[in-house]
Amino acid sequence: MRPTPWLHCLRGVVGRELLRFLHQRSRFLAALVRPLVWLFVFATGFRMALGVAMTEPYQTYILYEVYIVPGLVGMIQLFNGMQSSLSMVYDREMGSMRVLLVSPFPRWYLLICKLLASTLVSMVQVYVFLAIAWAYGIQAPALGYLFLLPALLVTGFMVGALGLLLSSLIRQLENFAGVMNFVIFPMFFLSSALYPLWRIREGSYLVYQIAALNPFTHAVEMIRFALYERFNMEAVLISVSVAAILLALAILGYNPSRGMMARKGG
Amino acid sequence: MPFLSQGDRKPTTKHFTLGLVLGGLLWLPLTAQAERIFISNEKDNTVSVIDGTSLEVIETIRVGRRPRAMAFSSDGSELFVAVGDDEAIDMIDLETLQVVRSQSSGEDPEVIRVDPNRPYIYVSNEDDNIVSVLDYEARTLVTEIPVGVEPEGLGISPDGRWLIATTETSNMAHIIDAEAMEAVHHRLVGARPRHAEFSHDGSEAWVSSEIAGMVTILDMEETFDVKHVIRFDVPGVPRETVQAVGVALTSDGRYAFVALGPSNRVAVIDQQTYEVLDYLLVGQRVWHLALNADESRLYTTNGVSGDVTVIDVEGLRAIKSIPVGRFPWGVIVEP
Repeated sequence: MRPTPWLHCLRGVVGRELLRFLHQRSRFLAALVRPLVWLFVFATGFRMALGVAMTEPYQTYILYEVYIVPGLVGMIQLFNGMQSSLSMVYDREMGSMRVLLVSPFPRWYLLICKLLASTLVSMVQVYVFLAIAWAYGIQAPALGYLFLLPALLVTGFMVGALGLLLSSLIRQLENFAGVMNFVIFPMFFLSSALYPLWRIREGSYLVYQIAALNPFTHAVEMIRFALYERFNMEAVLISVSVAAILLALAILGYNPSRGMMARKGG
Repeated sequence: MPFLSQGDRKPTTKHFTLGLVLGGLLWLPLTAQAERIFISNEKDNTVSVIDGTSLEVIETIRVGRRPRAMAFSSDGSELFVAVGDDEAIDMIDLETLQVVRSQSSGEDPEVIRVDPNRPYIYVSNEDDNIVSVLDYEARTLVTEIPVGVEPEGLGISPDGRWLIATTETSNMAHIIDAEAMEAVHHRLVGARPRHAEFSHDGSEAWVSSEIAGMVTILDMEETFDVKHVIRFDVPGVPRETVQAVGVALTSDGRYAFVALGPSNRVAVIDQQTYEVLDYLLVGQRVWHLALNADESRLYTTNGVSGDVTVIDVEGLRAIKSIPVGRFPWGVIVEP
């Protein structure tokens, strides 16, 4: 096929997602309020007024609210990725997914378009959040905001692909909400988003080991390093690999002949 | 002319790159911080040397036991280090970075200052309640000036006319006439005064008090009385951890910086209004401070975390913390 129809398809899916996001103001506000509450309320309570010990990529001592920002960026993407995948279940229930599926393009391409669309939406949310944090006084180096872009892309694909995989396994909208609680909260809390790994290790070695294995930890560290103009090879490799594996599984899950969709008749 | 004949050639990417490189080379000396920062490590018996460009430790000099305060000789060729447990002043040659000689200082020397006009070192001898005056050229003891109980901080006016000794049990600032070599005024300040620093025009002396967590400003022009008191309140930090120690004042009269000990903060103060503008987070138990020559950077010693924090003065933010030895105490930047 010529590239133009492919781009036309991409534009259609991305445009629909962005339009839906813009029309759902409450969703935008909710997406923004959640990390801001964490930043202004939770981080204030856990302020660690005497500073967080020096840890990479920071060059000096930082306050807790500075530490928590990359974790909250990851949180925005995690919730957005899951919410976007939740909409897949909704679309399937409402029948609007059929419109997408009658497209002549391969299903893997449609899924990637969908992932890209939801990632772009999450990027908008992230940069608005970072702008508010900047005004509050949490300021990363200027170039860090640019280096953050590819890290957001990888994280967006990773959590989005996980959501797609879950949505391919779930029959009803009600079930999805339950799975979200079992996925989002453990992923978020058992990671370095809220506390450095060395700190978790001091509390529980088991929890530390789980957190060190959690791909979301590596995504958050990738974001943290990028925001401070550093490249964390290990975090990038793990995040990209996990994103690729989850995407492959999600594509498999949505394959009408081999995946879960076949069994469910989706 | 061959040079002009190239004028009609169009600039290429190669030329552009060459221009960037040459431009960069020309720019480099203007931006590089070709300075050395000396840190006394109280528990390691060493002095760390940090390169101001790379902000890395480039040398560690072994000195006597318990090094604390440091000062440069008037000609800038030597660094004097008070080594308390050896009861001496070690003298480091700044070319070779070796201790070349040592001079007896009296008991437990903690803080030293160098007279800007004479080859004298003033030493606070905590256990003897005196300030010793040493001639570092003749290597003799010039005199001993009696002050209050447990002298600690010393400050000298830019013209060398006045010396201030703070005594931590008497809670006083003793103003010493450096010509007569005797204390002529005595002023009560906050509990456990630690450090005295003159403003660059010599009109004020800022005396920090560790337990009181405050700075007392003395008028040094007419009355020699207390002119103002600055107290500190770091949000979210227990009051008892706010302990004022090191003080540094910019020469343009803009900022004063005060190290606040275990609160891990450096207070930024407007020198004109005495208003506390900000508290900057640094390493653990920040003790002493030093500005570099162009006052673009402030260096702090953080005793418990064993590092030095570099503060960008213009942006008022900590930019880096550099691990040094155990319990870094004093800091001084080569002029």
